[in-house]
Amino acid sequence: MKLKGKVFKYGADVNTDVIIPARYLNVSEPAELARHAMEDIDADFVKKVRPGDIIMATTNFGCGSSREHAPLAIKASGVSCVIAHSFARIFFRNAINIGLPLLECAGAVENTSSGDVLEVDLEKGKIRNLSSGKTFTAKPYPDFMSRLIADGGLVEYTRQRLAHT
Amino acid sequence: MNLAEKILAAHAGKNEVAPGEFISAAVDMVLSNDITAPIAIKEFYRLGVSRVFDPSKIVMVADHFVPNKDIPSAEQAKQMREFCLEQGVKFFDVGEMGIEHVLLPEQGLVLPGDVVIGADSHSCTYGALGAFATGMGSTDIAVAMATGDIWMKVPPTIKFVYHGALGKWVGGKDLILYTIGEIGVDGALYAAMEFTGEAIDELSMDGRFTMANMAIEAGGKAGLFHVDNKTQLYIKSRANRDYLVYEPDIDAVYDKVIEYDVTSIEPQVSLPHSPANARPVSQVKNVKIDQAVIGSCTNGRIEDLRLAAQVLKRHKVHRGVRCIIIPGTQQVYLEALNEGLIEIFIRAGAAVSTPTCGPCLGGHMGVLAGGERCVSTTNRNFVGRMGSTKSEVYLANPAVAAASAVAGMIVSPDEVMK
Repeated sequence: MKLKGKVFKYGADVNTDVIIPARYLNVSEPAELARHAMEDIDADFVKKVRPGDIIMATTNFGCGSSREHAPLAIKASGVSCVIAHSFARIFFRNAINIGLPLLECAGAVENTSSGDVLEVDLEKGKIRNLSSGKTFTAKPYPDFMSRLIADGGLVEYTRQRLAHT
Repeated sequence: MNLAEKILAAHAGKNEVAPGEFISAAVDMVLSNDITAPIAIKEFYRLGVSRVFDPSKIVMVADHFVPNKDIPSAEQAKQMREFCLEQGVKFFDVGEMGIEHVLLPEQGLVLPGDVVIGADSHSCTYGALGAFATGMGSTDIAVAMATGDIWMKVPPTIKFVYHGALGKWVGGKDLILYTIGEIGVDGALYAAMEFTGEAIDELSMDGRFTMANMAIEAGGKAGLFHVDNKTQLYIKSRANRDYLVYEPDIDAVYDKVIEYDVTSIEPQVSLPHSPANARPVSQVKNVKIDQAVIGSCTNGRIEDLRLAAQVLKRHKVHRGVRCIIIPGTQQVYLEALNEGLIEIFIRAGAAVSTPTCGPCLGGHMGVLAGGERCVSTTNRNFVGRMGSTKSEVYLANPAVAAASAVAGMIVSPDEVMK
């Protein structure tokens, strides 16, 4: 799958409290959560983001609470993938489980500015910065994770597993 | 194998596991709360199943936004209540509930050697009992509720050795804030933390729960302690089922071994907006506060309340400071009542609340306005964590929080106990 979008770039340790503040966790509908995505780190994000856009950050993106509302809010806001140096582990699991693509690629993050337009080939892990012409390759997923992603997330993977037992 | 590997191997039906290996682990307890359960319940039914794998291995606790703070929160608690009734799953409702990570160990629902997963990042708390416990999201929990197992990548383990004796007013909270200050908020990313050393042997169970609780704040997948006499004594009257005690092998392999001498460690304060901004309390000067919160899954246990009472006795909360004290469970509340702690708190001018996570995550019972500062025994001081994005949270132990409430500014307990 090819994705294309404009970059919103942030720094290190972007936590789930700023991705979706707890004051909005009294509901869990993705569309409702998306209205407040990234609100406490970038109050204008929701106004500016367009379908396909890409979030970039440095290390430990998604640290903090286990709230699955965080990747749900990002995905429902229209963001097509998140590219970072590294991800916090619960956020990583949650994003894969709900089908928000994540890519680990420090090179792409270091050589991209907010507002650049990227084209991403998810299967190949290729990231192309259309603004600068540079290309990068993300860290490949372990085989098991690739299968989860190919099956469409953990629920679909488990449905199939349960159907075979 | 080290402690984490031993427990995971046993739960994956393998003789051995190694870091990086993907396994399917059988789970002994699956937890969710009023924020994470609604999504888990929805995903559970999407799996095409109708019954949970074993109702006795699942528990739901309404603790974050209860007693219901608003109508949407009430709807979320209602969903849990109905699901638990239908499935025969234990539900801790208002009147019986406590903060999940104080409650589950207290009720004997998590035991040594268990694999526990919870849809709450502080599920790592149960590592204090020698269990492998880790936080996950709602979808993972939904799958575990249906199948009784969960996929995991075996983490590398970092061994921490704490030498020496703990100083006055220094406890588990200070050791873990100090550690996070040293290694950073991703210093143990994806790793298990194994806490050892003579200072740990001396630490109470309550102090160990506090340390294990904050393993996640260093990015850790789990924070484990060895089972000793203190652990055995703690679980003796609580355990209602069999459990196994695992010990690391003598030749266990660790990704890293980090050693600290705790002798000179002072009470720690983590400045806004990261738990890794830890400083000795003596270096935190002229920080006036508007609120002090004592409680939470980190420091809402009886020992924490005793420390707070020791400081607040014969003192008054400073004019202009709101001091909010929240016992972690009904049992902790009762103990505090019987020991006379609640009277000390009320006479000092503090507000005492029924158990709830409430203010820790800016939910209710003590949300901050713009420009306000709070010293808190909770676990996170991120931007906007307790309310306004213009507010500030300083993390500390219960004695420091109580002393600060009296002084009106962040101080060492020695300052008010002179």
